[in-house]
Amino acid sequence: MFGNLAQLFRYRGLIQSLVARELKARYRGSVLGFLWSFINPLLLLGIYSFIFTTIMPNRVEGVQPYALFMLCGILPWTWFSASLTEAAGSLIAGGNLIKKVLFPAEVLPLVSVLANMVHFALALPIVAIFLVVYQHIPDGPGLLWLPVVVAVQLVFTSGLALALAALTVHFRDIRDILANLLMLWFFATPIIYPWSQKEVAAFRRFFDLNPFTHLAVSYQEILFFDGPVGHWRWLLALGVGSIGVFLAGYWVFDRLRDSFAEVV
Amino acid sequence: MTPAIELVDVTKIYRRFSGRQFATLKSALLQRSILRDLSPSETFPALQHVSFSVTSGRTFGVIGRNGSGKSTALKLVAGITKPTSGRVTVRGRVSALIELGAGFHPEISGRENVFINGIMLGLSKREIAERFDAIVEFAELERFIDAPVKTYSSGMYMRLGFAVAIHVDPDLLLVDEVLAVGDEAFTHKCLDKFAEFRRRGKTILLVTHSLAVVERFCDEALWLEGGRVSAQGDPRRVVDAYLTAVEKSEEEQLAVTTARAVAAASAHTHAADELPVVIEERPERAEGSTEGGTEGVQDMFRATEGRWGSREVEIVHVDLIDHQGEASFILHSGEPMSVRLAVHAYAPVDDFVFGISFFNADGVCCYGTNTYLEQMSPVRLSGDAQVVFDVAALDLVEGTYKLDVAVHKRDGYPYDYHRLLYTFRMKSRTHDVGIYRPHHRWVFSGDVVFSNPQL
Repeated sequence: MFGNLAQLFRYRGLIQSLVARELKARYRGSVLGFLWSFINPLLLLGIYSFIFTTIMPNRVEGVQPYALFMLCGILPWTWFSASLTEAAGSLIAGGNLIKKVLFPAEVLPLVSVLANMVHFALALPIVAIFLVVYQHIPDGPGLLWLPVVVAVQLVFTSGLALALAALTVHFRDIRDILANLLMLWFFATPIIYPWSQKEVAAFRRFFDLNPFTHLAVSYQEILFFDGPVGHWRWLLALGVGSIGVFLAGYWVFDRLRDSFAEVV
Repeated sequence: MTPAIELVDVTKIYRRFSGRQFATLKSALLQRSILRDLSPSETFPALQHVSFSVTSGRTFGVIGRNGSGKSTALKLVAGITKPTSGRVTVRGRVSALIELGAGFHPEISGRENVFINGIMLGLSKREIAERFDAIVEFAELERFIDAPVKTYSSGMYMRLGFAVAIHVDPDLLLVDEVLAVGDEAFTHKCLDKFAEFRRRGKTILLVTHSLAVVERFCDEALWLEGGRVSAQGDPRRVVDAYLTAVEKSEEEQLAVTTARAVAAASAHTHAADELPVVIEERPERAEGSTEGGTEGVQDMFRATEGRWGSREVEIVHVDLIDHQGEASFILHSGEPMSVRLAVHAYAPVDDFVFGISFFNADGVCCYGTNTYLEQMSPVRLSGDAQVVFDVAALDLVEGTYKLDVAVHKRDGYPYDYHRLLYTFRMKSRTHDVGIYRPHHRWVFSGDVVFSNPQL
C-alpha cells in the first residue's frame, strides 16, 4: 500500500494535466468560460443577501451581513460536496481508462477533489472583495490559518473520495445515497446558522462529532469574525484525524483496486 | 537473448459478481453480507496455466477464437490486470494499442489531448513537445489539431490515438486488433510502422484475427483455445493447426445446418402437396440453370430452400467428398471434390435427368448442369444406385455455398428436387473475389520484382 502511495507522487504531472483538462473542459463552449467560477458565488451571494435582508431578515448580533457569513461556509462546503459527488462516479466515468490503459486509478477521484479545489480558490477573491467592502477585514495572523484549514480539508476530502470511488464501483447506489446524505450533513453543520447561536450550544456534543463543523467554523473565524482564531485546537486535531481518514480511504481503495478493471 | 515478456504458469480467473449487480448497499448492510458480497460468487477461468516467453526483438502473434483469452493475455502483459496465479515478467517500456484514444476527452482540442494522452502513456511534457509534429503528421490531422476531439470522425480519432501510442517509442508494443479499424491506407501505414519497429529491434506482441498478418509479420505465433495454449511456434504451422481446428468446428456446424434443412424440407413435403405448382415452375429452370445467374437470382427469391417431387425416384442421401475422399462440408479451392448422391428408384424408369448446381451466398448460380444438357440419353434406372459428380478442381472463391441436387424427367417433371438444402464452405488461402477462379499464373518481364514470388 505504501509503495503505491509513493507512486502517487510520480503521477503528479498526470494529475496536474488532468485537473487542467477538467477545468478547461468544464467551461469549453460556454460564452463566459472561466468567468463562471466568479459569477457562481456572486449569484449565490446575491440570492442570500436578498433572502436574508428582505424576505427573512436575520438580525443576529455580530453576524452581519448575514449573506457574507453564509458564503464563508458554503464555498468550502460546495468544494467538499461536489468533490465527493464527482469522485464517487469518477471510476465508472473513467472506466475506459481503467480497462484499456495502464492507468493509476486513484488519480481519478483525486482529480475530482483538486479540480473542485481550484474552483473554490477562484471564488475566494470574490469573498475577499466583499469582506473589504463590508469592513470585515480579517487580521493578518488569522489569515495564516487559511492554508492550514484548506490543507486539512483537502486531506480529509481526498480520503473520503478514494473510499467512495472504490465502493461505488461495487455499489452503484452509493451515488444516490450520497446525494441525500450530503444534504443532511449540510444542515447538520453550522453553515447557514452561526456556531455561537444558543440553540446550537444545546447540541454541542453532537456538533463536535461532525468533522465539517470544525472546518466550517475555522473558515468563518478566519475570514469573517474579528479577533483571533479560537478554533485552532480542534482544527489541528481534525488535521491528525484527516490523515487517518486518508490512509483508511486509501487502504479501502487499494484493497479493491484489482477488481476495478473487471467490474467497471 | 533475454525474453522481453515471460509468462510462467499464468492463470487468470475472472470473478463474476452475479446476482450482486442489483444488490444494494442497504440490503448488504442489513444482511451483514458486505464481505460475502464483495467476494465472488462465480468464477470464470480466462487463462489456465499459460506459459510463453517472447524473445526481445521478435514479433509474436497470438491467435484464437473469440473468448479464448487473447485479450486477457494482452492485458496481463500490459499490467492492466493481475494474474490470479503465476508470474508475468515484462522488461522495458510498454505501449499498449488496446483501445486507441481511450483517454481522449471530447471537449478539448486534439493538441491538448495529445499532451494528456502522452502523459498517461508515460511520456514527459518535453518528450511530447519534441514528438508533437511527428504525431500530428502521422495522424494526418494538421488542419484539425486545434479542433475539439468531439468533432473528429471515428477514423480521425483512431489515427490520432494510434499516432500518440506509437510515438511513445516503447521497447515493447502490444497491439490488440487495431488493424481492424481505419481504412486501407491507414492499415498499410500501421503495418509499415510495425515493420519499422521490427527493423529497430523492438518487440511486438500482436493479438489479431488476421491470420495473413500473423503469417507475414510474426516470427512466432501462439494459439490460445479456451484459455489454454493449443500450439506455439512457427507461425505457418500454428496458423495451419488453428485453421484445421476452426474448419472442424465449422464443419460440425454446417452438418447440423444441413441436417436441419433436409429434415425440415422433408417434413414440409409430407405435410402439403405442392406438386402442381412446382411442375409449372420446372421447365423454366431446366433451361435457365446453365444460362447464367439472373434466372437463378429470381428463383432464389421465389423459393428459398425446400424439397419437392413425386418421389418415384428418391435422392436418399447426399455427400460432399473432399480431396481426401472423406465426407466434408469444408472444401478447399482448387482441390478435387465430388458430390455423391445415393438414389433409389421405387420402380424402374426410363426418363430421368440428374442435375446439380452451386449457388453462392448472394444467391447467384455459380454453375449448374445436368445429364440432359450434357446430352446423356437415359435408358434405365432401377433399384439402388449411386451418382457421383466428380470435379477435378473446384475453382470457386472463398465463401459459403449452397447446393441444388435433383432428379427429374426430361420435361422437368420432378422426381425429387432438393433446393439449397446443402451448405458447404469454400476455403482459400487467397482472398480473391468474384464467382469463379480461372486457372491462372502471373508472368512478368522487364524489371518487376517481388520479395515473395508466387509459390
